[in-house]
Amino acid sequence: MSLTQSRQADPDFLALPLTAVSDAAIQTGLSLGASHVDIRVERVRTGILQLRDTTPETQIDGSVSGIGVRVIVNGAWGFASAPEISADKARELAKVAVAMAKTSGPLSTEEIALAPEPVYAGKTWVSEYEIDPFDVPGAEKIARLAELNGSLLKSTAVNFASAASMFVKEQKHYADSYGTSTTQQRVRIQTHIEAFNVGENGFESIRTLAQPAGFGWEWMGNTAWNWDAEISELPTLLAEKVAAPSIVAGKYDLLIHPSNLWLTIHESIGHATELDRALGYEANYAGTSFATVDNLNKLQYGSSLMNITGDRVTPHGLSTVGYDDEGVEAQRWDIIKDGLLVGYQLDRRIAARAGRERSNGCAFADSPSHVPIQRMPNVSLQPNPNGPDLDGLIASVEDGILIKGDNSWSIDMQRYNFQFTGQQFHRIKNGEIVGQVKDVAYQATTTDFWRSMKAVGGPSTYVLGGAFNCGKAQPGQIAAVSHGCPAAVFDKVNVLNTVAEAGK
Amino acid sequence: MIAPQELIEKITAAADYDDCIVVVESKTQANLRWASSTLTTNGVIAEQTVTVIAFVAVEGGMATGSVSRTNIDASEISAIAKEAGAVALAAGKADDQAPLLRDVAYGDWNAAHHATGPEVFATFAPDLGELFKKSKADSIELFGYAEHTHQTTWVGSKGGLRLRHDQPSGRLEMTGKSHNRSRSTWEGRATRDFTDVDLAGVDLGIRQRLEWQSRVNAKPAGRYQTVLPSGSVADLLAYLLWTSPARDAAEGRSVYSKKGEPGKTRIGETFSKLPINIFSDPTYKGIETSPFNAATSSGPFSSVFDNGLPQERWEFIREGKLKGLIAPRSISETTGVPYSSGGDNVIMEIPGSSGDLDSQIAKVKSGLLLTTLWYIRMVDPVTSLLTGLTRDGVYEIKDGEVIGAVNNFRWNESPVEILGRISSASGTEITATREFEDLMRTATPSVVIEDFNMSTVSQAN
Repeated sequence: MSLTQSRQADPDFLALPLTAVSDAAIQTGLSLGASHVDIRVERVRTGILQLRDTTPETQIDGSVSGIGVRVIVNGAWGFASAPEISADKARELAKVAVAMAKTSGPLSTEEIALAPEPVYAGKTWVSEYEIDPFDVPGAEKIARLAELNGSLLKSTAVNFASAASMFVKEQKHYADSYGTSTTQQRVRIQTHIEAFNVGENGFESIRTLAQPAGFGWEWMGNTAWNWDAEISELPTLLAEKVAAPSIVAGKYDLLIHPSNLWLTIHESIGHATELDRALGYEANYAGTSFATVDNLNKLQYGSSLMNITGDRVTPHGLSTVGYDDEGVEAQRWDIIKDGLLVGYQLDRRIAARAGRERSNGCAFADSPSHVPIQRMPNVSLQPNPNGPDLDGLIASVEDGILIKGDNSWSIDMQRYNFQFTGQQFHRIKNGEIVGQVKDVAYQATTTDFWRSMKAVGGPSTYVLGGAFNCGKAQPGQIAAVSHGCPAAVFDKVNVLNTVAEAGK
Repeated sequence: MIAPQELIEKITAAADYDDCIVVVESKTQANLRWASSTLTTNGVIAEQTVTVIAFVAVEGGMATGSVSRTNIDASEISAIAKEAGAVALAAGKADDQAPLLRDVAYGDWNAAHHATGPEVFATFAPDLGELFKKSKADSIELFGYAEHTHQTTWVGSKGGLRLRHDQPSGRLEMTGKSHNRSRSTWEGRATRDFTDVDLAGVDLGIRQRLEWQSRVNAKPAGRYQTVLPSGSVADLLAYLLWTSPARDAAEGRSVYSKKGEPGKTRIGETFSKLPINIFSDPTYKGIETSPFNAATSSGPFSSVFDNGLPQERWEFIREGKLKGLIAPRSISETTGVPYSSGGDNVIMEIPGSSGDLDSQIAKVKSGLLLTTLWYIRMVDPVTSLLTGLTRDGVYEIKDGEVIGAVNNFRWNESPVEILGRISSASGTEITATREFEDLMRTATPSVVIEDFNMSTVSQAN
């Protein structure tokens, strides 16, 4: 940690006129009657590298930079952004934002107020990574992915292999009219490798379980994640999957591995406990939530084994920051305690509207062109401190399926009814794995599902999973988020056969 | 900032390799968002992306590499040209090589980007304010979004490409809720300039649907004769298109692969007994798109070598049969599938069909009418089985008339299979998707589908 705290953002970002630009926007906004001004100067660099078998198919190295200025005038928001980073442009944007706020005024009946936050002046925060992926030569990155795909292709079970790696460096300078100014830099990476088998009856595939995380290119070695080990097992797993029997639809106990459960947490808890959604702000697009505010401290969301936290502080977490995009310091709090709904995700505006004293720091904007909105912190299921390891959990299941890896996902607009598939489905009978099955989807209602959680694994089963592509708001914004969880057992969940669902 | 045209001239001049294509995309946008009949956020956005694509001759062929930046100032021009060249050399010989086009011009190259801004809402915004008031008075809450975008794309190259296209796009979405949010409905419109947005029509639609929800019956999961409005049909087309690269089909790993016959696709196979046409056409009236191809990166859908090729009508499904797939030139050569990069719009029509949504409701003796589909995801790529939800209103039809609302469902269906179960269609209309905003330009009919698979009930409303 000491290493992290002493680190600075890259010199070429710090060389931008960050203070001059933010001062210009704030002073102009205030002089035109704004009661609040915030400004972000951002540069987000994204690399995408996709290999088909051992040759590059798609390569993207893109960088988006610019300024976004947000104001409150007479209780109404105004926002403007542009790609040019200069004090003159910042002044111009402040004027446009104020004009936009005045235009919106007559259409706004809600007076915007923000929950207070201490002032943090001149703060710096840099995430914990070792190797900036953009410092690694392109040929070296291609070679590593080609090596992994190449080793898959040595197996007769594998006809094709695909590798997709995405790496992001996000640099952000935030300042507001209260005096807070923060400069932050974070790096993240996601790599998926998939092996395909093509046979008489169609095709089958299997993808790596490695999760996206707040690491640099060091993630692609064998230390933080053992890629070579995972790749060496994949062809056998694929061959077994091809030969596996199709699942008989019905009720099964599900032992869900963290590589699958993170996504179920994301959809059925993460989005459901966003307070802006629960209040209706996303009703036209992302949807609302069954977990409305009248349920707070009343709704038994899940079994008493269920403890869910929200945080923006977990090391290597995709939602981890020092300060959010409204200058609120990163925090950690309870969302579900012993199965009871006790907390929500907040930004400053929603916190004020809900009568809270303070935001818990969930504001985020994915680009200088977009306004900060409430986005998901790392939402994680806590392990049972004395819980069993994975073998112990398997031994506890009489008639069930161990599900590993995420695949298809879908949930309704109030976060009740969901359906998920996976990468690997291992049939468990009398406490032992007896082989793979395939064509599995599980379907449930959120509260039924979490109330049926009857065993939670110990810390040895805990993995930090997550996604780069969580969508919300209009215009659409994308955010990266982590979900840590142990393996857990769910009682008699409805399992579908996806081939039968297709009417075959 | 340096003007896009000047930037292109300077970068291509600085590029000391075989060819260099620069794509500049300038975008301006104004947006308004509202919830509970009050404006919640808004924005005036300007964005620019400059993509420099290097083509460098290497042993046995050509290497390519690209870099994209928002803004490049004079001091960075030679560095960005060099960087793209280095990316190309790192990648090595490209798989998708094809002859580069030279000396093609289109559009008013020298004109500046024509920005949109809040003024596009000059009439719409006050009308929206009036609608907020009227709805509040009747205890209806409105939630929605209005967005208008202008994008200019310039494609210039060392080899003399000088292409420019201007694309306006816009959409309006409105969710109406009443009775303590227990009733909910949705209306969507696609527009190029907001002059044709009929807010009164949106209001009327919302009121009628909320009224239909005064009676709600519980319906179990099962297979139903189901009417899909045009917007839902457009959302279902998304995965048909997204799985359509010819290379995947030829390699045996898509729904368009011929099972057990490696290398062969299902082109020529009948998907529907009805003479359904699904195609893309840059000249289709009301949803016109760029007449040339612009690709900032290569992949299954596109190749940077194909920049500047004319964007022609692409026949995907013709008279119910699979006619084409997406094939960059290099893939076209190896698969035998004719070249196409798809297109930026999609149209579905069934010649001889006419009438509107009501004409389809009238054809159903006992069935369901949907409003929109939501959270559509691929479950099984072998059959293209999708899952999703119904959203904002499912209605029961008896003897050709809506008699009330029913609960929402989770459905599991393959859009490929569905083509074979369309029993009736209306005329084709320009429509708005609900979920897949990427499909900004769509024209589809409303259809009746037999035996639509409602897998479970969703409690959501």
